Amino acid sequence: MQTLSFEFPAGQPPRGRALVGCVGSGDLEVLIEPGLAGKLTIQVQTSVNGSEQRWQHLFARMFDGQMPPALAIDIHDFGATPGVVRLRLEQGFEEIGHD
Amino acid sequence: MNSYSLRGLRWFEALSGNATPLEGLPASLKVADVTLGEQNVRLLAVVADPDSRFPRARNGEVGLLEGWGLAKAVDEAIDADRDAPHKRALIAIVDVPSQAYGRREEALGIHQALAGAADSYARARLAGHPVIGLLVGKAMSGAFLAHGYQANRLIALRDPGVMVHAMGKASAARVTLRSVEELEALAASVPPMAYDIDSFASLGLLWETLSVEQIEQPNAADLARVRDCLQQAINEVADAPRDLSSRLGATHRAASSTVRQLLRAQW
Amino acid sequence: MTDSAALLNKHSFVELGARQRAKALLDNGSFRELLDPFQRIMSPWLLRQGVVPQSDDGVVIAKGLLDGLPVVIAAIEGAFQGGSLGEVGGAKIAGALELAAEDNRKGIPTRAVLLLETGGVRLQEANLGLAAIAEIHSAIVDLRQYQPVIGVVAGSVGCFGGMSIAAGLCSYLLVTQEARLGLNGPQVIEQEAGIDEYDSRDRPFIWSLTGGEQRFATGLVDRYVADDVAQIREHVSQLLHLGVPAQHRSGQAEVFLQRLARLDTEVQIEPAAVRQLYQGERP
Repeated sequence: MQTLSFEFPAGQPPRGRALVGCVGSGDLEVLIEPGLAGKLTIQVQTSVNGSEQRWQHLFARMFDGQMPPALAIDIHDFGATPGVVRLRLEQGFEEIGHD
Repeated sequence: MNSYSLRGLRWFEALSGNATPLEGLPASLKVADVTLGEQNVRLLAVVADPDSRFPRARNGEVGLLEGWGLAKAVDEAIDADRDAPHKRALIAIVDVPSQAYGRREEALGIHQALAGAADSYARARLAGHPVIGLLVGKAMSGAFLAHGYQANRLIALRDPGVMVHAMGKASAARVTLRSVEELEALAASVPPMAYDIDSFASLGLLWETLSVEQIEQPNAADLARVRDCLQQAINEVADAPRDLSSRLGATHRAASSTVRQLLRAQW
Repeated sequence: MTDSAALLNKHSFVELGARQRAKALLDNGSFRELLDPFQRIMSPWLLRQGVVPQSDDGVVIAKGLLDGLPVVIAAIEGAFQGGSLGEVGGAKIAGALELAAEDNRKGIPTRAVLLLETGGVRLQEANLGLAAIAEIHSAIVDLRQYQPVIGVVAGSVGCFGGMSIAAGLCSYLLVTQEARLGLNGPQVIEQEAGIDEYDSRDRPFIWSLTGGEQRFATGLVDRYVADDVAQIREHVSQLLHLGVPAQHRSGQAEVFLQRLARLDTEVQIEPAAVRQLYQGERP
């Protein structure tokens, strides 16, 4: 198991928070809460060791070309594929958008 | 050479003396009413019955007959003392290697039989019977849940053969995808995973641990020490809450208290 | 709440996670979670063993109304560590049941519904899981004096280990065809007793002995319901309205001992034999 931290430039924090997913096989749990203005922080606990580069690339691609809102994101990952990670994050962002 | 433990039987015999065991119960149950000082007590032990009709429950395992039989023996005491001002204490002598693993057991609902035993012990405690668990051997998993773990107070003899756990080492290793060696190494640093009684005591679940000289065949001094300890436990229970709250408070079990405090605050 | 709303519109209960199950049973807008995941009351034992924790430790405690009746629901998330109970998850269930009993002593008629998807004790927290399960047993027996405790085993994990004993203590049990209820997991039985005794890979065999339909046919559960949110909700409500049964299933030692005395143990058991032995008057 590995604990990883990431940080990206961001805009203003939203009001809502969201929880999606579950720490089940091939899945992950994502907790999204308002962060400090200007910063998007992500903490990942993953069962897959040596995956820092993959997470970095995945996040960088997701936030490329758009300024994300300021969020504090906690991820508990149990071996999810990049596709599942992306899906869960998008679900979480959508929930926040609707709250 | 027996493949099963005789500790439970020996301690039952020592504590019951000349009392006549109750009839009408499965042969794997030893139950007798005796007095301890001025206190009436019912002793209950699960012992090996090599001739059991249930082949998977011949070595002292808690199976269908044992679960329902314990329930019956405890229910009888509850009924008999329903209007008594001083209810007899129930002393579960615990030397149970496991629950019974078998096709008949699952098919006939061994979970329900063990629920029967846990139910009766818990109802007895709530009705005001002091319930004491005396651990003289193994206290494993479902077997312990059915026989002993509903006690107001748990007393364990200090001996390498006295152990509490959720699963035998071989099976636990297989289920957690580890080798037995890895499991043992982990258990050494994670108290709730350990098999020894001192690690278990560090979780705050025991009221007392006691050293004896001859655990397999108690001598007079051993018997006196254990009887004395049982009496103290019974006396202490008299004015104490009838729930299991006395098991909370150890530092190795801090989260169990924290969760309850938070639940209460948010209730 | 697009995600949850979409899931709730589906009919399958089994497909729902623990939190959605609790929401699906409670009256609209009455769901209130205690120790919610954002409070991050997580296992203190998993991380140090290199196991990724979950923010609610796999147990959802929710208060609310079910058909207007005050209830607390404890829902186990079967997808996280096989629904196994560790210190935190176990204490959440035990503590909630203890507070429900306390409510009743103060005149507040809180009932409890347990959504059970669990292999039993979490072996990484072994003795603390076992201790918590003993406390859950104690709390069910206590609360049952005042109000019914309903157990629901919907599937797909089933209910095993010490928590199958908790199920056996419930006032009423509801299962679906997907459910399995038994003390010992098939793998462990095979390991302990051999493949002739129990073939853990023979799914039809396992369901024929421990599946929901068989458990209902043998009177070891009270309701056998289709995997449908509305139907499960309706039956849980009916069971809550039945109140405390005159006698609990786990209080019928004499009945079961008499039945077991009639069993021919010279031959290995078949599902039909259990039905024959146990059928008749439902406990």
